[in-house]
Amino acid sequence: MATTIPQARTAAGEEIIQCLGVHKWYGEFHVLRDINLSVTKGERIVICGPSGSGKSTLIRCLNRLEEHQKGSIVIDGIELTGNLKNIELVRREVGMVFQHFNLFPHLTVLENCTLAPIWVRKKPRAEAEATAMKYLERVRIADQARKYPGQLSGGQQQRVAIARSLCMSPKIMLFDEPTSALDPEMVKEVLDVMVTLAQSGMTMLCVTHEMGFAKSVADRVIFMDRGEIVEQAPPEEFFANPKSDRTKLFLSQILNH
Amino acid sequence: MAGHVDTASSTAAERPPALSLGPIGWMRANLFNTWYNAILTVLIGWAILMIVPPLFRWAIVNAAGFDATSPQCRQATGACWAFVNEKMRFILFGTFPYAEQWRPLLATAIIVATLAAAANRRFWKPWFVAVSLGALALFGVLMWGGVLGMTYVENSLWGGLPLTLILSVIGLSVAFPFSILLALGRRSTMPAIKAICVAYIELIRGVPLVSLLFMASVMLPLFLPTGVNIDKLLRALVAFILFEAAYMAEAIRGGLQAMPKGQYEAADALGLNYWQAMRKIILPQALAISIPPLVNTFISTFKDTSLVIIIGLYDLLGTAKAALSDPAWRGFYREAYLFIGVIYWCFCFSMSKYSRWLEQDLNRGHKR
Repeated sequence: MATTIPQARTAAGEEIIQCLGVHKWYGEFHVLRDINLSVTKGERIVICGPSGSGKSTLIRCLNRLEEHQKGSIVIDGIELTGNLKNIELVRREVGMVFQHFNLFPHLTVLENCTLAPIWVRKKPRAEAEATAMKYLERVRIADQARKYPGQLSGGQQQRVAIARSLCMSPKIMLFDEPTSALDPEMVKEVLDVMVTLAQSGMTMLCVTHEMGFAKSVADRVIFMDRGEIVEQAPPEEFFANPKSDRTKLFLSQILNH
Repeated sequence: MAGHVDTASSTAAERPPALSLGPIGWMRANLFNTWYNAILTVLIGWAILMIVPPLFRWAIVNAAGFDATSPQCRQATGACWAFVNEKMRFILFGTFPYAEQWRPLLATAIIVATLAAAANRRFWKPWFVAVSLGALALFGVLMWGGVLGMTYVENSLWGGLPLTLILSVIGLSVAFPFSILLALGRRSTMPAIKAICVAYIELIRGVPLVSLLFMASVMLPLFLPTGVNIDKLLRALVAFILFEAAYMAEAIRGGLQAMPKGQYEAADALGLNYWQAMRKIILPQALAISIPPLVNTFISTFKDTSLVIIIGLYDLLGTAKAALSDPAWRGFYREAYLFIGVIYWCFCFSMSKYSRWLEQDLNRGHKR
């Protein structure tokens, strides 16, 4: 089993995510149209766009929470197909943070963080707990390790969710609108953690409306509309000099409110 | 602190009027707060007055003593507790050889003690399964005997409380894991598995338990080759397991459906495989949600075991009926049924109480 895990096929600067001609339909509804995207190791990407533009669906395809119907997606050298073994291998290497945190309410914060390392990575409990405490420390919530998620605020829960993903030592982190469900005063504490993570060299794809975050840490901003990637550029260029009309319209709506 | 005391001891003018305080206030608030509640209170008070004193006279004042003889009992206008006293061992242990009845008594005590221990969450560990199997083996040894100088007692002679207990305990503990698989199967994305589970559940839920018991005891032997004979008790058990599993599966399915999609997605995103996700994330939460309907099934199963009388097994209800057929003591129905009713009630009420405690205990700390 262990021998089949591809060990770090990609070095820094190499391609870690590759989408070629990806299409997806929900019934008749064409939600992703001909997505071509390649991400190199260590790159930080922000995906934005109006609601219903397919941005969440796109990153959910990257760990196969959603199935694409045409084209190919290769993550760290493994192509995502119906093969369950491959899907599980990819999911080990790809962390995901959800809009609604999705912490396990029947487990303590610490147990939330150690569950997957113990059961999926087969780590000894003591080692998993030490790693978990390290990451909980990093998201500044270690003092709440013995509490249940329901006893924490939204911002705290989202930071635990980030730590939980990091405990699997993922190569890629996906963020699906991580601050959208938070009360305004809690957005910053979560963004701060994400900025720190971005500075550590993690490959990140974030679906977010936080344009400040995009400006300060993103290497590339991708704008999606109606299932297509309309435009992608480094943030300075993207915000100062958007090319398509759809991007301009979107930016004017989101920056002016 | 001083300020607190000051506000607490208010002057007479600040105190609520006397009519809303004390027992009178309580009655006004709870018994006579509306005109229809007042009527209900009066009616129920009247009913209590009509029922309780005669019951008290029958059960205690006019009752014949515990050692009364049958003719003495017939002369008394009250209850004949001597009947229960005389027949208690038969009702509890059935036709088990009289001199050996310490064995079913001990076996029953072992089962009850194991159940009490299983109720404690500290024992919810894999090793406790081994302990429970050990207790069950001990039950078998005591009941069957044939070793350690105990005479062999074939299980057609078992009856009464140990039979009721063993039918419920084995029935439910085998049906429970089976029902989890059925519930998961019914929600499976694999069409064949889903179809089989749906068909099974709907088929079993469509027939009465009585007909399943009949089928197990009368029809099954017709299909078996001559010479092959499955024990009657085992056949009844199989019928119970098949029946209860279908009902419990539906209770558990309700819990599974109440789980938010995000829990499945988070488990998937962390790389847990299907069985890990079910075992560690989904089932612990879904089963906690399913406790009320599951306990409902447990309680009705415990009482439904009395249906085995139709295939000639004598459970608690069966032995009570048999005790009544003794010509010397014929006619003391009320005493017999009251006695076993109390036993059934004790078991069922404990289950009900325990489930409420467990629900609260499982929810503590992690309310959403």
